[in-house]
Amino acid sequence: MAGTGVTWLGTPAFPRAARGALADTQLRRNLRKATHTIRDKRAAAVAELADWERLRRAGAAIKDSVLANLDVHLERLEAAVTARGGVVHWARDADEANAIILRLVRAAGADEVVKVKSMATAEIGLNEALAEGGVRAVETDLAELIVQLGRDRPSHILVPAIHRNRAEIREIFRREMPSASPGLTDDPRELADAARHHLRLKFLSARVAVSGANFAVADTGSVVVVESEGNGRMCLTLPETLITVMGIEKVVPTWRDLEVFLQLLPRSSTAERMNPYTSVWTGVTPGDGPRQFHLVLLDNGRTDTLADEVGRQALRCIRCSACLNSCPVYERTGGQAYGSVYPGPIGAILTPQLLGDLSHPQPASLPYASSLCGACFEVCPVRIDIPRVLVHLRSRVVDARGGRSPEAAAMAALAWIMRDPGRFEAAQRAGSLARLLARQGRISRLPWPGSRWTSARDVPAPPRESFRAWWRRNRG
Amino acid sequence: MRVALFATCLTDTLFPGTAIAATRLLERLGCRVEFPLDQTCCGQMHLNTGYREHAADLAERYAAIFAGYDAVVAPSGSCVAMVREFHQDLVASPSRNGAVRHTYELSEFLVDVLGVTDVGAYFPHRVTYHPTCHSLRAIGVGDRPLRLLSSVRGLDLVALPEAETCCGFGGTFAVKNADVSTAMLADKMRCVAETGAEVLTAGDNSCLMHIGGGLSRLRVGVRTVHLAEILASTEEEPWRAPA
Amino acid sequence: MVDPDPHASARSEVLGRIRAAIGPDRPRVQIPRDYDVRREHGNVVELLARRIADYRAVVRRVAAADLPDAIGTLLARRQVRIMLGPADLPEEWRAPDVEWHLDDPPLTVEQLDRADGVLTGCAVAIAETGTIVLDAGAAQGRRALTLVPDYHLCVVRADQVVGSVPEALARLDPVRPLTFVSGPSATSDIELDRVEGVHGPRTLEVLVAS
Repeated sequence: MAGTGVTWLGTPAFPRAARGALADTQLRRNLRKATHTIRDKRAAAVAELADWERLRRAGAAIKDSVLANLDVHLERLEAAVTARGGVVHWARDADEANAIILRLVRAAGADEVVKVKSMATAEIGLNEALAEGGVRAVETDLAELIVQLGRDRPSHILVPAIHRNRAEIREIFRREMPSASPGLTDDPRELADAARHHLRLKFLSARVAVSGANFAVADTGSVVVVESEGNGRMCLTLPETLITVMGIEKVVPTWRDLEVFLQLLPRSSTAERMNPYTSVWTGVTPGDGPRQFHLVLLDNGRTDTLADEVGRQALRCIRCSACLNSCPVYERTGGQAYGSVYPGPIGAILTPQLLGDLSHPQPASLPYASSLCGACFEVCPVRIDIPRVLVHLRSRVVDARGGRSPEAAAMAALAWIMRDPGRFEAAQRAGSLARLLARQGRISRLPWPGSRWTSARDVPAPPRESFRAWWRRNRG
Repeated sequence: MRVALFATCLTDTLFPGTAIAATRLLERLGCRVEFPLDQTCCGQMHLNTGYREHAADLAERYAAIFAGYDAVVAPSGSCVAMVREFHQDLVASPSRNGAVRHTYELSEFLVDVLGVTDVGAYFPHRVTYHPTCHSLRAIGVGDRPLRLLSSVRGLDLVALPEAETCCGFGGTFAVKNADVSTAMLADKMRCVAETGAEVLTAGDNSCLMHIGGGLSRLRVGVRTVHLAEILASTEEEPWRAPA
Repeated sequence: MVDPDPHASARSEVLGRIRAAIGPDRPRVQIPRDYDVRREHGNVVELLARRIADYRAVVRRVAAADLPDAIGTLLARRQVRIMLGPADLPEEWRAPDVEWHLDDPPLTVEQLDRADGVLTGCAVAIAETGTIVLDAGAAQGRRALTLVPDYHLCVVRADQVVGSVPEALARLDPVRPLTFVSGPSATSDIELDRVEGVHGPRTLEVLVAS
């Protein structure tokens, strides 16, 4: 079933959205600083484990084994959660998931929920759906709070406010946070403290919480949330009702499998040996934590993604964001240019697949938002070969377009030339006439589409003779 | 050893000096070099732009043309990556995959097959090396180019800051996402200029055309020269700029 | 048309789509388990102390017999008045000069919030990552107890310390509520730089008793 809600309506195709982002000098500076900081730290955290490559291979294989028998694992998970007092719901798409959650919140008699940062709930647009139903969703993760208070959009999987620096965050807090002191400085410690005070009462009085899940163990029904601030623990522990929304690909077969992911994830995401808090719970535990637990299993385009043998590896993703942090394109455009809750390299392969739409110009532009440099694959803890999937999706984009474009005509002509050495050599000779455009060995202005090259770069003048002409004269 | 040179369509057409240098270098090291005139293109641009069927046609041609050689050598990490990483999926008959297995990037062939790092070259210039993404991450040439360069007499090798970051070329990415490509190029040029080198070298003329095009536009005063041309340069026949 | 049972139809449709997507020939995947289950670290207790300290938590190593004194010293230094503990908090850990409120009958959220801190034991500690794992077992209590107070003092016995994450998971029962704690609460949300102290306890002190 095709996913809905993943992209923001009205975002232009990537090249145009990127142009705006590239001109935002504050954004450029913020992103460069943040991505470079985390890159070096990640490299150091990974270098500590001599078996890192073996862990990556194990992580990829565990995920592949899950996907190969996803139905079986989900049924086992459902049975285990139910046996421990939880209730499992299935949602085909965003609307269905939102309707289930709204119904559960109303049944609990609440008009406000506290939320743990979760990509799944961002993907389905839960906050907006709850608001339409008269329920306020309070984001409790610091970066989500910054985005929510700033009426902004997220730009990163792990740190949705990565595009904001400390001075901008202080401004948002001073403007939007009633409890913030007028003398609030931009010291990150003070900003974190302001968030603590702002949310404290919400945590202590909330009746319903909504979370995502990093992993769920099919064997035991245990659900895992990995976090840093303790906002996750607050939401998972204090309210009476907990609703967890989880993409169906998040299931792992056994408890033991987590020994791999709890090593891969923290070092890849925040570059820590271990994140401050990881919570594991199974159904309902009398006297400890929520009295009602609901698990919503979400498809929203995942089964479509699973059907593509090359593209399905995107479902291995554990949402660490190492690929964003290492991507030279993301570093310069930020996440909002991708027009999706999933930005960066993983977003470029996940978004069009979840949407199941490679003909709309916006998602169709995403697989091209990469120079195919491979930095993402190199850091991916579950070895998603993102460049290969990008190339694969590009051919799906071209197929969806049905061969009717000036580009397709040019590519066909070029292929026709390249299929015959005689034609190729004739084209070389014709091309060498471009020498007439050259001054001092370079050409600085070409007609369209070459103008897109010469807008920033010269082209070397074609040589007097091609290599094959030289070869024939000297070696033939 | 029967060695075929796969010049690549870009080098054959725009940078013949690189293929001439590769020919002379390999001959100097005792190889019998052949250049099958039927060769054209590996299909990388087509595949990477989404035109898989055209790419498959070109991959089939490549396999047929280069099947009979002991080794195929190409002065391009990127085209070699295309052949080794993607041709297997594109070529219908697996029996034709011999050419895929025996295709080497130039520095790999010199170090791994011929077993040399000192190729007797002379190049009295200050040089910095950019490891192109596909050389580095797709086929993993590692430090082979640097080992070759450090044995060149007269050459003053300086490290490039942020060397492993993409230059922003990316094939049709450079025109489809020209703005992002240019932003990446600007940072690469800044790093190149910081080295004080007069020559930037790499194993791919495509990336060099992109970076060199920017350096030339801004009159930075740094020239791009393919690794093969540096390694072919000797005291008797020193490197000369193309006419 | 009104769906007679949306739950059943969503469930069967999603499962059906999964089966169709995978197809009849399911890939057989071998999982390579050749990664390290144990790594050679020498003294794991020493490593644990170093790694916890890296998170800017306070760590003290003490002889088991000196534990009550060490607890008293740390609490006195922080000048705490009201400390919380699980119902089964060992008698000898309850330092004098402090008001102890045990979670029996269960404390209200307001009581948790008003206390100066909480003292617990733990289930397992992971040296390599500087992690303490709580499983609601002996001397630990329910999860809220170690969450709401701003100060957590945790006692780790040397025999609870393992080297690696795989060793720790093998010792734990996943159906118990588990909390892995690695340092005080922290965030990397401002410029991807780590800052300690957000919603969870802002101060973590650990006594490793051998």
